[in-house]
Amino acid sequence: MLPIPNFKGVDFFPHDTRIDFMRFKDICFWASVAAMVISLGLFFAKGLNYGVDFKGGSMIELKAKSGTADVAALRGDLGALKLGDVQIQQFGGAGEVLVRLEQQPGGEEAQQIALRKVTSKVDAAYELRRVEVVGPAVSSELRRTGTIAVLAGIFAIVLYVWFRFEWQFALGTVLALSHDTLLTVGLFSLLGLEFDLSTVAALLTILGYSVNDTVVISDRIRENLRRFKRMELKELLNLSINETLSRTLLTSSTTIIVLIALLLLGGSVIRNFTFAMLFGIVVGTYSSIFIAAPVLDYMHIKRETIVGEEKGAGNAKA
Amino acid sequence: MLHFARWKSLSIVAVCLAGLILSLPNLFSKETVKAWPDWLPKAQMPLGLDLQGGAHLLLAANSDELKKDWLSSLREDARKVLREAKLYPASVNVVGGTVRVTLLKPQDSDAAVKELRTKVAQQIGNALIGTAGTDIAVAKGEGASIILTPTEAGFLNRQTNAITASIETINRRVNALGTSESTVVRQGSDRILVQFPGLSDTKGLKDLIGKTAKLSFHEVHASMTPAEAQQGRPPVGFAVYPSQDGYVDSYLLRDIPIVQGDELVDAQPGQDSRTGEWIISFRFNQAGARKFGRFTQANVGRPFAIVLDKQVLSAPVIREAILGGSGQISGRFSPDSATTLALQLRSGALPTELTIVEERTVGPSLGADSVSAGKTAAVVGAIATCVLMVFAYGTFGVIAVFALFFNMLLITATMSVVGMTLTLPGIAGLVLTLGMAVDANVLIYERIREEVRSGRSPINAIEAGFSRAFVTILDSQLTTLAAAIIMFILGAGPIRGFAVTLSVGIFTSIFTAVTVTRLLVAWWLAGQRARAHKIVVPV
Repeated sequence: MLPIPNFKGVDFFPHDTRIDFMRFKDICFWASVAAMVISLGLFFAKGLNYGVDFKGGSMIELKAKSGTADVAALRGDLGALKLGDVQIQQFGGAGEVLVRLEQQPGGEEAQQIALRKVTSKVDAAYELRRVEVVGPAVSSELRRTGTIAVLAGIFAIVLYVWFRFEWQFALGTVLALSHDTLLTVGLFSLLGLEFDLSTVAALLTILGYSVNDTVVISDRIRENLRRFKRMELKELLNLSINETLSRTLLTSSTTIIVLIALLLLGGSVIRNFTFAMLFGIVVGTYSSIFIAAPVLDYMHIKRETIVGEEKGAGNAKA
Repeated sequence: MLHFARWKSLSIVAVCLAGLILSLPNLFSKETVKAWPDWLPKAQMPLGLDLQGGAHLLLAANSDELKKDWLSSLREDARKVLREAKLYPASVNVVGGTVRVTLLKPQDSDAAVKELRTKVAQQIGNALIGTAGTDIAVAKGEGASIILTPTEAGFLNRQTNAITASIETINRRVNALGTSESTVVRQGSDRILVQFPGLSDTKGLKDLIGKTAKLSFHEVHASMTPAEAQQGRPPVGFAVYPSQDGYVDSYLLRDIPIVQGDELVDAQPGQDSRTGEWIISFRFNQAGARKFGRFTQANVGRPFAIVLDKQVLSAPVIREAILGGSGQISGRFSPDSATTLALQLRSGALPTELTIVEERTVGPSLGADSVSAGKTAAVVGAIATCVLMVFAYGTFGVIAVFALFFNMLLITATMSVVGMTLTLPGIAGLVLTLGMAVDANVLIYERIREEVRSGRSPINAIEAGFSRAFVTILDSQLTTLAAAIIMFILGAGPIRGFAVTLSVGIFTSIFTAVTVTRLLVAWWLAGQRARAHKIVVPV
């Protein structure tokens, strides 16, 4: 009925692997904890390079009408306006320049006055490609809702995992999610990348993706707990991770491939977003295997609690 | 499990076809689609401002200013009401956030409180649901004084009204430009969002909508100069106004205007026939004309001031009584500023001062660049994903590609029909959905492989693969949905666009991965059987 040629696929990723993940769990777990601590340290010591969304101020993207931008002249011209710290950065093509003004003292109107000064200065030689001005009121609001969004995201996901599984699983999930968030934030701090609203969107998606992985592995752990009544927990965790390994790798590969396409071809506006996602997907995959699962071992979960209470839900899978 | 009732297969096919038809308009330009016959679907995904270029301005009412205005109008009201009731006040002043009335005769205070409560305080809220109250509280203070305090509810009420009226005014101003696609909507309690597609130079727009444009005509003090007034105390009822007429720096004017801009019925830009200077000719309504006529009749030979937003535009000398109710304003206008101001005067003053608290503008060239970059990334991402899937799962990989194709169609169709805006982060969400949607197929196929390896017959393995993977798929997609919903609720601008496509993508992914894939696999099985092949799972 369906004229699809019948051909077999290639097994990219090995099956029936018996990698002893649990052997590395201590070293990986503590390495992760160390990475989290370092990220926190960076966050507090170095801070983040907040974009206009969170810091307030203006961002102006210019394109030289002549084709090439004279950054030095621009720096001189705009520096003479006495608008505090003015960052000028060439990006993309030779004619494209990004100008950042810090938040001007004097409330909402001062931002607009500063913008007017800059635009009247560069009007002749440059085309205004993008202007973003965020006043003090809006930036502090966005800071607040951004933080709430990430925390609420973690909370909602953890609640869902707790509801579907057991609290031990939820604990592993919290740790894994915090790990992914902290490390991404730490990386942005370390590299001084601009942290703005789209980075928060990336963080939330990373959370969604990472828990996706965690859930797939947890599902298998629960199933195996039911199936192999006598297997030692460590061995069972190993088995579950190995069984789902080919899926984990394949899905990560497809996601990473499209993200690389976005990073290289998707344009400058979303580059930071894609970069955060790419890093987060790798870290998220790692944390599902090396944090969420080992936590179950550290917690010494009892088979009875999980299998016993899951009888009702278990029918769907049998 | 792998047998589908006829109606089921038909409805799945119908949904996919609907997706195909409803997403078609997006492949064509707006003009082409407009020319289509009526029975064809025409809805396209609206493009966000970041893709089509345009201006996004968030305006906020200045609540301090609003409070100040209210208090001074309260003062006038209180004074008037008390005079009319012959309960003469010794003074009525704004003190802190209140209006303090001191009466000449302390024994009048009960009567005065009653009078103020009934005539100045206004009922607000809804008596039926028990939220009724007054917008100001009137209470007796020390001695012969009465204190009028605005209530919180009263202020909110006033703010809401001011925003509503401002939205109307901005709409009138913007519509006068002849662009119909702009939107002006309330955001929160004290903000207005103005979106203006296709506009990259916001300077003109900001001048047009940001200016209060409160016009008034004032009496100039006959003898005292502003400098004298500033040194001593200005006479009661007078204040110093800065000037931009080019002759003097400021004028001493009577606070209460002779006539105000709301009594104008028309204002047009033009050029003075003698000097060639740009002017605005205006016409008053009947009441305004009468007031203006009476004033000019009594003050021939003396100047009066035309004030715009607390700045004197010009202060001409009255040569003769102006009884016809029309006149002209000069104020060193440029052609542009005369046109803008005339438009603002015609559409009315903003009831309150608005400040721009957020601006995001994207030029059309960057928007177009983003669209093409997004398209390229999507196509490359899609091809790479498809190649990987076909390599990894053979025939079933092809089926997954079909499912992915319909998934994209359904997302596009849903967004077009519902009118969800596609933004640049939205494209990123779409591309990401591509990568993540195949996860559901991967889960199913990996499961089938496992079942085959554990020795099940092909058909058994396929059935087990679908049913066992389903719970996992649901779990993993629902957790992502939780994150997406939070992004939508809490997120602003770019986050929202991303959350929209992500959530739509989750629903369509579940549908295509589970239903469409299963139907295609069932058809493939039927085909194998019909050709009497020995069934081999091609994964």
